[in-house]
Amino acid sequence: MSNHKYHSGKHHSGKRHSVLPGFNLALGFTLLYLSLIVLIPLSAAFIHTAQLTWPEFWNTVTAPRVVASYRLTFGASLAAATVNAWFGLLVAWVLVRYPFPGKRLVDALIDLPFALPTSVAGITLTAIYAGNGWLGQYLEPLGIRVAFTPAGVFVALTFIGLPFVVRTVQPVLEDIEKELEEAAAMLGATRWQTFRYIIFPAVLPALTTGFALAFARAIGEYGSVIFIAGNIPMVSEITPLLIITKLEQYDYAGATAIAVVMLVISFILLLIINLLQWQVRRRSTKA
Amino acid sequence: MTIEIRNLSRQFGAFTALNNINLKVRPGELLALLGPSGSGKTTLLRVIAGLETADSGQVLFNQEDSTDKHIRDRHVGFVFQHYALFRNMTIFDNVAFGLRVRPGKQRPGNREIHQRVTELLQLVQLDWLADRYPHQLSGGQRQRIALARALAVEPGVLLLDEPFGALDAKVRKELRAWLRKLHDDMHMTSIFVTHDQEEALEVADRIVVMNRGCIEQIGTPDEVYEKPANPFVYEFLGHVNLFHGRVHQGHAWIGDLEVDAPEYPEAEDLNAIAYVRPHDIEVNRTLNGEPALAARIVHILAIGPIVRLELAGQDNQSADNIYAEISKARFRELRLAKGDQVFIKPRRLDLFPGDRHLALS
Repeated sequence: MSNHKYHSGKHHSGKRHSVLPGFNLALGFTLLYLSLIVLIPLSAAFIHTAQLTWPEFWNTVTAPRVVASYRLTFGASLAAATVNAWFGLLVAWVLVRYPFPGKRLVDALIDLPFALPTSVAGITLTAIYAGNGWLGQYLEPLGIRVAFTPAGVFVALTFIGLPFVVRTVQPVLEDIEKELEEAAAMLGATRWQTFRYIIFPAVLPALTTGFALAFARAIGEYGSVIFIAGNIPMVSEITPLLIITKLEQYDYAGATAIAVVMLVISFILLLIINLLQWQVRRRSTKA
Repeated sequence: MTIEIRNLSRQFGAFTALNNINLKVRPGELLALLGPSGSGKTTLLRVIAGLETADSGQVLFNQEDSTDKHIRDRHVGFVFQHYALFRNMTIFDNVAFGLRVRPGKQRPGNREIHQRVTELLQLVQLDWLADRYPHQLSGGQRQRIALARALAVEPGVLLLDEPFGALDAKVRKELRAWLRKLHDDMHMTSIFVTHDQEEALEVADRIVVMNRGCIEQIGTPDEVYEKPANPFVYEFLGHVNLFHGRVHQGHAWIGDLEVDAPEYPEAEDLNAIAYVRPHDIEVNRTLNGEPALAARIVHILAIGPIVRLELAGQDNQSADNIYAEISKARFRELRLAKGDQVFIKPRRLDLFPGDRHLALS
């Protein structure tokens, strides 16, 4: 605080001096870069959509087939991200806590969904879950159909989202001091109470970050889903696919209209997640 | 509560952390485990707490074998060097934690918890911080909260692992005195680990000096300081001067200086080392007709009532410089200055036969 007073007294321009040089340059570059890479393309979507009249826009984005696709995309993404949050936490826990043979290999495998071209993932998953595939042949007689159903979409989105949660939670788990758990045990807490009250609150901010990343990735996912989804209108069509379909029919305005809706929903959802995260973080402040 | 440790051993790979330790802790005493790092003192404390298991041996609480008892059932309070406060909880919740995690029937009601926590926070004089989070507190405050948290579960024993190790010198001194007072008020059997000999001498009822997984000496601060059992304890506790000499049939020689050594009547021209505390060195300007060692003053530190002299021995009987402490009055009387030649004579010394490196291993 005294620092602040000193500066505002001395420099009437309000210019602050920082030990880190290049603030103006760095900020300028950041804004330029973000504009070029993110903002301009996104605003193009809005501008393009403006070709449509309001009723035209409304009809396009509320067509039953499109609405069904929103439901599938956001519903499956949410479900996949939720599952990933829990199982990702479990995987991270096992990787951090227990030594076992082949641990490094398993650790490396986690990143595979990052590196694998999504279409390869899609083809592989389809081959496994199709009626004559490795797993599909056993699931089908039980009445569980995965490939070419919404369940398939969920499976694909879970697959591609896993690394996000594991990789965000893992370093935080590694950083939790052993002493905190020992302290809890000395005070009479059971293993579960220690996890519930000490470890879980500590990883919660990282877990929500991982969840948000997995969720965001799942919403935008295209390659791995279209193979396994089967793309049956009203049943297993995801929104990105509808956008592509419209583009193929040269309906650029229609495609961007749907894109804008996705953009807005995604933005709102990420905003909510970020607000939640901010609250969590505020409560479990860093030492 | 009494604690008894029988034949405790612990090995970490090739490193022996504890080597057949036997120790009895008396009820209500404040015991210090003192030793250099790697001496096994923290391992011993952690074995008592149940945080570490021993390879062999027993830990008995009130004559009852607790070696295999789970941490939760030992009723031990533990204070960590780095506090280990729960970051996501307020100070109040930190202290209340031990009460709240109790199984249903034993868990006190909310009002009772509130009362108990408030009492404890008052005891550590930090009740005004109840709603803060640990990161908003200073190191000394955090350690006091850690202590309050450990006391909340009404442990039979309090174990403190280098409790003041992470604090700065001034806070450390304050907390030391405060811990001593707290212990006197509560009369709980307490064991604390430290590598700071001053801390151990000042706070503890008894001191256990440890080295390389073994206990070197157990005694009151006075005993271990005045009658160190061996060269290690001598060198570890307080500043000490070391002279090389010889013992022969009940007499010892350091240079020309002859002293009685009735403990070694049978010795036949043995190498020996003699330890002398700085305040046991007599400094004179002249020989006075008695044998003494010649030395030259290298440095004078004359702050406070005690004057510290750093002397370079001229008889080659001491490998390092010799430190002597004399009163200010004596210093003025002798009119000493840097570079002066003086004659020194130990008033009291302890002899250990053998060479230093042999004696220490």
